[in-house]
Amino acid sequence: MNAALDVRGLTTRFDTRGGMVTAVNDVSFAVEPGRIMGLVGESGSGKSVTGFSILGLIDAPGEISAGQVLVDGTDLRTLAPDALRRMRGRRVAMVFQDPMMTLNPVLRVGDQMAMAVRVHDNVSKRAAWDRARAALDTVGIPAAAERLRAYPHQLSGGMRQRVAIATALLHRPSVIIADEPTTALDVSIQGQILAEVRRLADETGTAIVWVTHDLAVVSSLADDICVMYAGRIVESGTAEQVIGAPRHPYTRGLIDSVPSLHPPGQPLPQIPGSTPQLVNLPSGCPFRPRCPRATEICATDPPLSGTDHPALCHHPLTEAPA
Amino acid sequence: MTLLSVSGVSKRFSRKPGILGRALDRITGESSAQTVHALTGIDIAVPRGEVLGLVGESGCGKSTLGRIVSGIYTPSDGSVTLNGKPVARMRGGNVQKLTTAVQMIHQDPFASLDPRMKVGETISEGPRLHGLWSASEAQGKVRDLLEQVGLEGAYANRLPHQFSGGQRQRIAIARALAMEPELLVLDEAVASLDVSIQAQVLNLFMELRQRLNLTALFISHDLSVVRHVCDRVAIMYLGRVVELASAADLYDAPQHPYTKALFASVPTLGTGRAAFQPIEGEIPSPLDPPPGCAFHPRCPFAGPRCRAEVPALKPAPTGVVACHLNDGGTELGKTAA
Ligand SMILES: Nc1ncnc2c1ncn2[C@@H]1O[C@H](COP(=O)(O)OP(=O)(O)OP(=O)(O)O)[C@@H](O)[C@H]1O
Ligand SMILES: Nc1ncnc2c1ncn2[C@@H]1O[C@H](COP(=O)(O)OP(=O)(O)OP(=O)(O)O)[C@@H](O)[C@H]1O
Ligand code: SF4
Ligand code: SF4
Ligand SMILES: [Mg+2]
Ligand SMILES: [Mg+2]
Repeated sequence: MNAALDVRGLTTRFDTRGGMVTAVNDVSFAVEPGRIMGLVGESGSGKSVTGFSILGLIDAPGEISAGQVLVDGTDLRTLAPDALRRMRGRRVAMVFQDPMMTLNPVLRVGDQMAMAVRVHDNVSKRAAWDRARAALDTVGIPAAAERLRAYPHQLSGGMRQRVAIATALLHRPSVIIADEPTTALDVSIQGQILAEVRRLADETGTAIVWVTHDLAVVSSLADDICVMYAGRIVESGTAEQVIGAPRHPYTRGLIDSVPSLHPPGQPLPQIPGSTPQLVNLPSGCPFRPRCPRATEICATDPPLSGTDHPALCHHPLTEAPA
Repeated sequence: MTLLSVSGVSKRFSRKPGILGRALDRITGESSAQTVHALTGIDIAVPRGEVLGLVGESGCGKSTLGRIVSGIYTPSDGSVTLNGKPVARMRGGNVQKLTTAVQMIHQDPFASLDPRMKVGETISEGPRLHGLWSASEAQGKVRDLLEQVGLEGAYANRLPHQFSGGQRQRIAIARALAMEPELLVLDEAVASLDVSIQAQVLNLFMELRQRLNLTALFISHDLSVVRHVCDRVAIMYLGRVVELASAADLYDAPQHPYTKALFASVPTLGTGRAAFQPIEGEIPSPLDPPPGCAFHPRCPFAGPRCRAEVPALKPAPTGVVACHLNDGGTELGKTAA
């Protein structure tokens, strides 16, 4: 099947006072229609910058210095600013951790959703409201017609996030990039949204990139997983492959440090050290100072081994799958 | 022996609208000045050496309870005692005594340290102020504490910005331990840390608790973290404790319908795709809590009695549970006691 989103060699740098920061370093992945790709990594690993780079939303001192972003086969990076703006919201949309990045506090939900419809489609106000109501229905908001007349502050945090997701869905985009959309929500509300998102991907065929630091969430939601460390994707595969048989020592360490996999009260296996500063990152594998498998050769750039479940490592945990 | 005893504690806040609230009131033609019932009738006893987990969703009152126990808030009703001595009346001259006995560690290690103060000064400030340490011994004590939390003694001369999030949380723990507290209140102390760093801080906490026989209230919304470090766990919903049991019993055999639903709704690692069952409905507003059992609008077992009568905490097969199913049933007129 053709990928809805195909990212190739995406590289984004920030020219900071401290030096050059390569926040996204030669990132490649593809998401097919109806699939959910979980992009996991710790704070500062480059997840959000990857999302913004896909949409071409990088401002100085940042610069997308290389790569292609194919949405339904069209490379967004070659489009003129006007054409890119038409693609955004229409073919590829974004949902943020804070729904108020999308919502306007002084407009009724229905008015702002109708405006979002009419930005791209020349339809009557009435028809736009109908589409807004249908979108709220799709994300499981009860009494959608009433909610359209509410102001954002009259809705709970979970409802607001559903409205933001519904807004992203208005134009039936091929791709939705969702950046930590449930991180600020309560577990019971997060569970509801995850279930809706799974259903949406299955029913609408939208390809979804779900950015999160929460391994448990991606393992329950995603079809495929990419693990990021220091700006690079260090491992990718199906959720079963990556969670069940991780090949990169960093992924292994992350999974091992989750408390639910160990008897209560026992010391947890921990990854020593802390996440690296990206300014003036030394050459070779950036995980080297924390890695139990590191050898001298790790001071050189690690190769990508395996095609089905690749890992960026000199000494991956299991042999490259055939 | 009971160290901390919380009896019949309630806390109400009267919420006056802010500037934005008032502006929105004008737009929407409603008034937002109301009373928040943050806590209602909390009874908890914590023996010395125990780590008690407080779990519940946003706004259920975990931090408010932590602050009342720490003497930061005064309860609207009820009392809190530490070693049998009332905490709420320790005002004025006695409040200093209290603030050394209970130490709170907060979620955000970035906000809780003064950015202009060297780490050594941050740690020794409290003990010096309260006369626990003399000027001459402070330096050595700071070095000891830093080493206890897994940092180098020489770090005393550095500023907070020179440390990572996990290291700052270690410094916050060292600062709390410096006061030789009888009780630690950890409010989402590992929530803002990355998974790999979270394991380091949890290991440190478990090791210190063994070594120093610490007593702690461990507030967290992360069920797997709570299971790992707590002896007993209290599940809260909308300002009340709805279940309290040993961690092992609670996780193996949750009794309250909310506890069961909460556990089922959390994705866990290794259970595979969509192996969770979300709870229906929204968390009700503490401004306008539902009558009877506050969970009834979302509870699959709710009956007429649940809408009319608040269930009391009663002994259950394991621990204590506040649910009519555990107390005669959900039909009206079936009160057991
Ligand atoms: N505008 C900017 N200027 C300079 N550096 C930046 C800028 N935006 C991001 N960075 C750097 O890029 C790196 C990746 O940041 P990013 O926000 O993508 O991380 P993340 O994986 O989303 O982390 P988190 O989980 O904390 O959201 C970080 O080191 C960050 O400091
Ligand atoms: N100082 C205050 N003034 C007014 N209302 C308050 C105050 N502190 C807390 N509240 C309210 O009391 C209720 C309980 O809040 P609390 O902070 O204890 O919840 P929590 O369980 O700690 O939630 P979270 O998981 O979000 O930290 C909430 O409705 C909150 O808005
Ligand atoms: S390349 Fe070397 S240092 Fe990097 S993860 Fe693999 S074994 Fe560890
Ligand atoms: S008292 Fe009734 S509504 Fe409340 S949890 Fe029990 S069965 Fe459900
Ligand atoms: Mg981010
Ligand atoms: Mg809190």
